[in-house]
Amino acid sequence: MTIAVPPATLSTPNGTTRPLVRIVIVGHVDHGKSTLVGRLLHETGSLPDGKLEMLKAVSARRGMPFEWSFLLDALQTERDQGITIDTTQISFRTRSRDVVLIDAPGHAEFLRNMITGASQADGAVLIIDALEGVRDQTRRHGYLLQLLGIKQVAVVVNKMDRVDFSAERFGAISDEISAHLIGLGVTPTAVIPISARDGDGVAERTDNINWYIGPTVVEALDSLTPSQPLDQLALRLPVQAIYKFDDRRIVAGRIESGKLQAGDDIVIMPAGKIAKIKTVESWPATPVEGPQGAGRSVGITLDRELFIERGDVIAHAGSAPRDTRRLRARIFWLHDQPLEAGASILVRLGTRETRATVVAIEKAVDPGDLASEAATAIKRNHVGEIDLSLAQPVAADQADEFPRSGRLVIEVGGRIAGGGLVLSVDSGQRAATADIVPVESALRPDERAARFRHKGAVLWFTGLPGSGKSTLAKALERRLFDRGGSPILLDGDTLRAGLNSDLGFAPQDRAENIRRLAEIAAHLAANGHIAIVAAVSPALDDRAAARRIAGDRFREIHVATPAEICEQRDPKGHYAKARAGALQNFTGIGNDYQPPTASELVIDTSALTVAEAADTIEAMLARSGVLVDELVDLAANI
Amino acid sequence: MDHLDALEAQSIYIFREGFARLKKLALLWSLGKDSNVMIWLARKAFFGKVPFPALHVDTGKKFPEMYAFREHYAKEWDLDLRVDPCPPIDSVDPTLPPAARSAARKTEGLKLALAKYGFDGLIAGIRRDEEATRAKERVFSPRGTEGGWDVRDQPPEFWDQFNASPPPGAHLRIHPILHWTEADIWAYTKRENIPIIPLYLSQNGKRYRSLGDQDITFPVSSNASSIDEILHELQTTKVPERAGRALDHETEDAFERLRVAGYL
Repeated sequence: MTIAVPPATLSTPNGTTRPLVRIVIVGHVDHGKSTLVGRLLHETGSLPDGKLEMLKAVSARRGMPFEWSFLLDALQTERDQGITIDTTQISFRTRSRDVVLIDAPGHAEFLRNMITGASQADGAVLIIDALEGVRDQTRRHGYLLQLLGIKQVAVVVNKMDRVDFSAERFGAISDEISAHLIGLGVTPTAVIPISARDGDGVAERTDNINWYIGPTVVEALDSLTPSQPLDQLALRLPVQAIYKFDDRRIVAGRIESGKLQAGDDIVIMPAGKIAKIKTVESWPATPVEGPQGAGRSVGITLDRELFIERGDVIAHAGSAPRDTRRLRARIFWLHDQPLEAGASILVRLGTRETRATVVAIEKAVDPGDLASEAATAIKRNHVGEIDLSLAQPVAADQADEFPRSGRLVIEVGGRIAGGGLVLSVDSGQRAATADIVPVESALRPDERAARFRHKGAVLWFTGLPGSGKSTLAKALERRLFDRGGSPILLDGDTLRAGLNSDLGFAPQDRAENIRRLAEIAAHLAANGHIAIVAAVSPALDDRAAARRIAGDRFREIHVATPAEICEQRDPKGHYAKARAGALQNFTGIGNDYQPPTASELVIDTSALTVAEAADTIEAMLARSGVLVDELVDLAANI
Repeated sequence: MDHLDALEAQSIYIFREGFARLKKLALLWSLGKDSNVMIWLARKAFFGKVPFPALHVDTGKKFPEMYAFREHYAKEWDLDLRVDPCPPIDSVDPTLPPAARSAARKTEGLKLALAKYGFDGLIAGIRRDEEATRAKERVFSPRGTEGGWDVRDQPPEFWDQFNASPPPGAHLRIHPILHWTEADIWAYTKRENIPIIPLYLSQNGKRYRSLGDQDITFPVSSNASSIDEILHELQTTKVPERAGRALDHETEDAFERLRVAGYL
């Protein structure tokens, strides 16, 4: 069957009213990409006259069964067709839109080309062989699509003829891939059973798949939306340059999200200077009236002379991006040399370019099998989470809030070597100004260690309210003091009474509470004390931030007493109050406690006495080098 | 924002990135429909001014209408026009087929101009839909010190983050209309009222789809004598845009060889 383009659109020039969608087609080798593309070109009437017949004749002459993939190969070889055809860009038309299919050939450089192509795509087709099922490469592609921010993914289960068009087999693959994608935050727009070779499910539902009720591939492509409406988000205008070709001083850039117009009050980040937009300039007619939305490349003039430079971000007051020198990002790495902690790199964030240091690599994953590796380096074609310290302050957004301004790339040797999404912006880490000169203690840490017989450490007790954190912390404090040490208890509630009395219990307040606790604890530990922190600290991210702040002095102790027992104990009466509805945001009732996955120690106080638990902790401290007995050795170093 | 607005905004963004990140730019003006749209877009990007030279690497074999167009619009558009001649044919690789060899003079002329002016960025109006090897291009495409293009080792380019640090002696090709199609060019030319060379319109049943040198470019059969008619023709034709370009048809890899060596 051939879908003719309805005559009504023929008189409409291409490119004026028909939407254009860019689709990247990805999948494991031999799962049928070329066959599907050949079939799609045919079904949408995009082939030159006589091409199909010619190929059929060639196949017959050689005694070979006709393969749709021949078509694509032939077109690539001839390179003189009346259609756009290449291994990277293939154009065709469906009923309602023009489609550019982006393919990524070449196995060695597959990811580099796929990412280059897919980063411009509005949607994706992920192809899976019905016989082989979901493979590593399938999962890897799903992961990268998510990382590139592609939310519209149509999954195609190909070669259904090889599994006798089994609805059960299709259901199993559909469930597996859907679960994988949803786990990554991508909901498939459709999962379609097809046989690309025979045409089932590509442009029509045949009897073979009469049990299937969803869209065909062509219908699925027809329903993809060209791009996300970014006008609704807050304004982000990264400055590309300041032009002064005549008496106007024009700030030029592209609106990445939101809208602007003359008269708007704006703020220029990261410096935070304010101004008003005087005019929106254009050419040939200028100025332009009315709002200008996301995607427009504009030029504006301001009501006052301010120092603005490339890399600044213009926003509206009240919804400006945060200024920071600290970012956490999830990146994919494409360079031959692995990215290592401590590496000095160049980061591009919008139009801003700055040197940066990789403070820590928090996760390194092979997206193929999703196995986490030792997080010391991110290898080529792997994904990881990194903590970056920037040489200069930048205006930054999180990718989940601002898909366009929450992206960055990393350059090595003048070439893009990796890139990804901003996971969090550490706004608490203010830019250090030139006036701040940290003063070091007169005592060296090893002098204190010789006296205290321990090194500096942060012992972080986390667990549900009532799990026994404070009781244990106090017992340990007593023990360490009795053996001549310098333990200092930092109880979450106690600090909330003073230092942190400005903070509530909303997630960002909790995060700030943890940050301050961690900063104090890290300072004490850096000076040779053992800071014992007892705080519920329910969020994994907040505790990861604390670990970043304290570095390798950090020891996490999960007080994993069962929830029922914590509630029975209820030492402060909080559970009772929360059950009665008189306490909002109480951890324990709301189930919002995220237990650690890799703490240094797990203790269940319903199974151990306080003394036994303290023994266990002490043993861990000795084992991990915090407690030391060799007085002489240490003293010799002084 | 409609489709043409989106194309225009993207091109302007690329122009401004090129101008911000490279020191010595030039725009390659071949006088055809694409490079005229490109100059128009540059004027939009920089508010009426084209802040870098327009370089015409002249084979001396263009149509008289093209030279007339160049003289008129260089003045009217206030361009810093540099016309640089190409070296004679015997300086060109003799193993190339005749039309390709003739076209390759342009590559040699380009290298001479690069050496003469020290440009580190050349803005060129190629499009992905024209030809298969152009489809593989990056928006900012690094070239080696000999001007060569290594199609197998192109740096990744994602979102709108471009590679713009050419090593010493090398240069970058910047492609601000890579994402446009032939139909987009015509629809935009019509909307913006951009002047065109009349050779594109049908006379006696023939017109040029693509303009190159006189000796290696031929008209195609067409009755389209207005832009509207051209657009209508493009909806139905299965004749490729470069059908009238002799060099594309000599051998399968002629064009690829030219491009790898530095041709546009």
